[in-house]
Amino acid sequence: MTQWYIENGPESDVVISSRVRLARNFESYPFSSKMEKEQEDKVLSKVKNAMMNVNGIINDISKDDKSIMRDVIFVDIKNLDVIEKQVLVEKHLVSPEFVESERINGLLISKDERISIMVNEEDHLRIQCLFPGMQIQNAWKLCDSIDSFIDSKLKFAFSKELGYLTCCPTNLGTGMRASVMLHLPALAITGYIRGMLDACSKLGVAVRGLYGENSEASGNMFQISNQVTLGLTEEEIITNITNIAFQVVEQERSLRKDLFKQNSFRLNDMVFRSYGIFSNARIISSDEGMKLLSDVRLGIDMGIITDITLETINEIMLLIQPANLQKLAGRLLNQDERDIMRAEVIRGKLAKA
Amino acid sequence: MLCQNCQKRVANVHFTQIVNNKKSEMYLCSICANEKEQLSMVSPFSINDFFSGLIGVGNSNYTEDNTLPQKVVCEKCGMSYEEFRSIGRFGCDNCYSKYYEKLKPLLKRLHGNLEHTGKIPADIYKSINTSREIERLKEQLNKAVQNEEYEKAAEYRDKIRAFEINVENS
Repeated sequence: MTQWYIENGPESDVVISSRVRLARNFESYPFSSKMEKEQEDKVLSKVKNAMMNVNGIINDISKDDKSIMRDVIFVDIKNLDVIEKQVLVEKHLVSPEFVESERINGLLISKDERISIMVNEEDHLRIQCLFPGMQIQNAWKLCDSIDSFIDSKLKFAFSKELGYLTCCPTNLGTGMRASVMLHLPALAITGYIRGMLDACSKLGVAVRGLYGENSEASGNMFQISNQVTLGLTEEEIITNITNIAFQVVEQERSLRKDLFKQNSFRLNDMVFRSYGIFSNARIISSDEGMKLLSDVRLGIDMGIITDITLETINEIMLLIQPANLQKLAGRLLNQDERDIMRAEVIRGKLAKA
Repeated sequence: MLCQNCQKRVANVHFTQIVNNKKSEMYLCSICANEKEQLSMVSPFSINDFFSGLIGVGNSNYTEDNTLPQKVVCEKCGMSYEEFRSIGRFGCDNCYSKYYEKLKPLLKRLHGNLEHTGKIPADIYKSINTSREIERLKEQLNKAVQNEEYEKAAEYRDKIRAFEINVENS
């Protein structure tokens, strides 16, 4: 089974991935801010029991989803070492707060890592589905099935006026955060990215870096997500984000064409210089790695570089992250060692492809 | 010069307080100034009220302290509204019903909307549908009675009874 991030999805020349996350809490327990250890433990057991007994799946889940559900495994965060925890963060499966938390928490993930369910993060339940490319609708459908399944077994905290009740009022109502990860090198190079960011915030869309809140845009990667969760239906939220994403995608594509038309030599030079360093350097820092990746990815998207696939690039993008490197090495590495390993891993993957 | 409050220590703090557009100035020693500052925290235009700028004027600590003799907390988890304001998170689902009125302006600011229109848990969906259905049938029954269509009215009456029994049993 390939991991979701290696596959290519629709619009993958600009859209890297789509994500839908639902926040839910159970009725009979206080929220995370006021839970006792005992209660945290009970919530975790309840969820485990509900999910692990997969034979009782309701008929609404399609045949494909059923097989994914059967592959959902429980991961005890507390038993993981520092590197493994950080790997989960780098794979976008959990938040940094989750792995550092003192709470009694747990994680349910599917083997292909498309589904990730955090128990006892800020809310009792955070259901997340990740799909490659532009597939927000599919991500929502899967989240919806999982949510309905758990709903059939446990009672959610819900009010008719305010919807699903969440720890933080910013998640109230649908409890849904829908986001899309975009690669926007042309917008960044031309400086039009500023205008795009401003327009997004005016439209109630949040723009963040590669790793969500408090992260910076690195490698020209931008994550856009909805801000309003109450008063809109889930379909409306998805339509809004999809429309805005498509507009940004079209902007990016037309700017790429312009860049090529204006000075194809300059563009080619930029791409091939980066490709040269990317495939030959012996030491590559994290920042440089992301920049090179962006240039090479652009080269592939525009058909300038033809001997690497996007799948390989996706894989490399994950493997060069600090914890992933250390997992490969099998031990903790200092910065210099990581920078050397990074270059090695890149050369290795490129040689195989 | 000596502190205007205690008259004992040297005044090294110039304390200015503006309340309701009235400015008062005092020369205090650092200890009395600290005490004054702590008291100010509970007065009308404190830093906490900056947050309540989001919630709306007229919702500040000042009015609360005036009208309620004791601290108000949620019965289920013990969270006070002040606590919510300082950490930005609620303690339990009951907090939402307890503090609903105070919360409305904040929700309006955050989401622009106050009513949930999205997905509903399955069992609540059933009960909402049932009550809507009962309402609808009652309307039909009234119309039928007005039109003197008594047989139809009887049918509707029986249907309503069936629904209501269903609700009682569930």
